Amino acid sequence: MMEQLQVDRIRCDGHGLCAELLPEAISLDDWGFPILKTGAIPARLAEHARQAVDACPVLALRLAKVRS
Amino acid sequence: MPSSRHLIGELESANLLGRGGAAFPVGRKWRAVAERASGRAVVLANGAEGEPLSLKDRTLMATRPHLVIDGALLAAEAVGAPDIIIYVGAKHRAAEAAIRGALAERSNQLRSRVRMMSAPDGYVAGEESAAVHFINAGDARPTTTPPRPFERGVDGRPTLVQNVESLAMAAQIARGIDANTGLVTVSGAVRKPGLQEIDLGWTFSDVAAAAGGLARPVQAVLLGGYFGAWAPVDEVWALPIAAPSLRARGFTLGCGVVHALSEDACGVDATARIMAYLASQSARQCGPCLFGLHAIGECVRRLAARSPQASDLDRLSRWSGQLAGRGACKHPDGAAGLLGSALSVFADDFAAHQQRRCLRRSTSHPASLQPVAAVA
Ligand SMILES: Cc1cc2nc3c(=O)[nH]c(=O)nc-3n(C[C@H](O)[C@H](O)[C@H](O)COP(=O)(O)O)c2cc1C
Ligand code: SF4
Ligand code: SF4
Repeated sequence: MMEQLQVDRIRCDGHGLCAELLPEAISLDDWGFPILKTGAIPARLAEHARQAVDACPVLALRLAKVRS
Repeated sequence: MPSSRHLIGELESANLLGRGGAAFPVGRKWRAVAERASGRAVVLANGAEGEPLSLKDRTLMATRPHLVIDGALLAAEAVGAPDIIIYVGAKHRAAEAAIRGALAERSNQLRSRVRMMSAPDGYVAGEESAAVHFINAGDARPTTTPPRPFERGVDGRPTLVQNVESLAMAAQIARGIDANTGLVTVSGAVRKPGLQEIDLGWTFSDVAAAAGGLARPVQAVLLGGYFGAWAPVDEVWALPIAAPSLRARGFTLGCGVVHALSEDACGVDATARIMAYLASQSARQCGPCLFGLHAIGECVRRLAARSPQASDLDRLSRWSGQLAGRGACKHPDGAAGLLGSALSVFADDFAAHQQRRCLRRSTSHPASLQPVAAVA
């Protein structure tokens, strides 16, 4: 099992906090909304990813288990 | 008529693909709903038809309402659904009247299982989660998935959302009639625009011939409507219109729209009109769709008017690659696909417009992208 970031596009307000905390996997578009790198989160980033998920003020970001 | 389980197998071997846009295998969808249904599923017949260049669903419902109802009933039997909802675009008055009339000719027992719902105007109201949301809560905006409607849909029950033409085709297959036909709305530079029932083995040139032939020389074809893609005419002209042959070239017929753009019409202008429409139809819930489509619409509009900002074309290329998968529904994906195809098929025209020039005779051909007159 691997983990993958997912964002609830309706909830996301474009705060951009997640991209600050996890620039390795999240960038922002011209309007401040996240663009997620495709694929599973590498193990070395797992902890940072969890912090980004926790930091999202509107609970739009989550880590989902995916089959590798 | 074959048993309902048997029918699922028949749909699978006939390789019937959904006719609402995504070309998903119909039999596989019925199986997925049947597996979760435990006799409490819902069938939602999708006749919203918001696509501006399509007439097929409203015409089908208006002229063959019993076939659509039969298809919905067969689906209900096959997936285990006591209830059926027929969701008809509010503008499609003749279609709605015909379905109502046809229901009145059926048994009370059947009528008690079928409910009609009027789909509000707007492109996105026909998207499956939007349809379910509207029926559940009167709000025709898409919802975050999962859960998808087949998992949790109308009243929280597994819901089969199926385009009305797909249902009609299923009814044909159940009657032993071959499913190798389809409804196609032809518009643009042909002599007789309108609805055609075609054989899926036909090529685009056959389809154009059935539509009275070309009215003017054509440069490109819009396949699948506002959600589809532009294709250079030479690339598709001799291809059979069936999904596998198109898919091999990266195209789909989507909801069966073929629009021919004449040589003298400007692809930038045509694309600007489509993008402006798609931007106006965003359900305004997801940032990338709300802001992205608006910005793209403005950018193509400036280019079409030959008054672009310095890097408008570069911006468009970048944005067209950034939108897919970034909305709750596939609205931005459709828009990005259309834009990407335009940037490649009309590359010379876009480059000229960035230099404030137009390569075509008429930037705005009168026949270009006007919806064809309703048939029914
Ligand atoms: C923005 C948007 C609009 C849509 N509008 C329609 C529609 O008007 N009618 C329709 O049948 N499907 C529409 N769809 C596709 C539906 O979500 C769904 O896939 C379809 O009804 C399933 O039927 P099918 O498998 O028989 O094609 C739309 C999809 C999107 C993303
Ligand atoms: S922190 Fe949350 S709301 Fe802000 S951009 Fe990221 S996902 Fe969206
Ligand atoms: S992607 Fe656009 S149309 Fe789809 S739900 Fe989000 S805002 Fe609405």
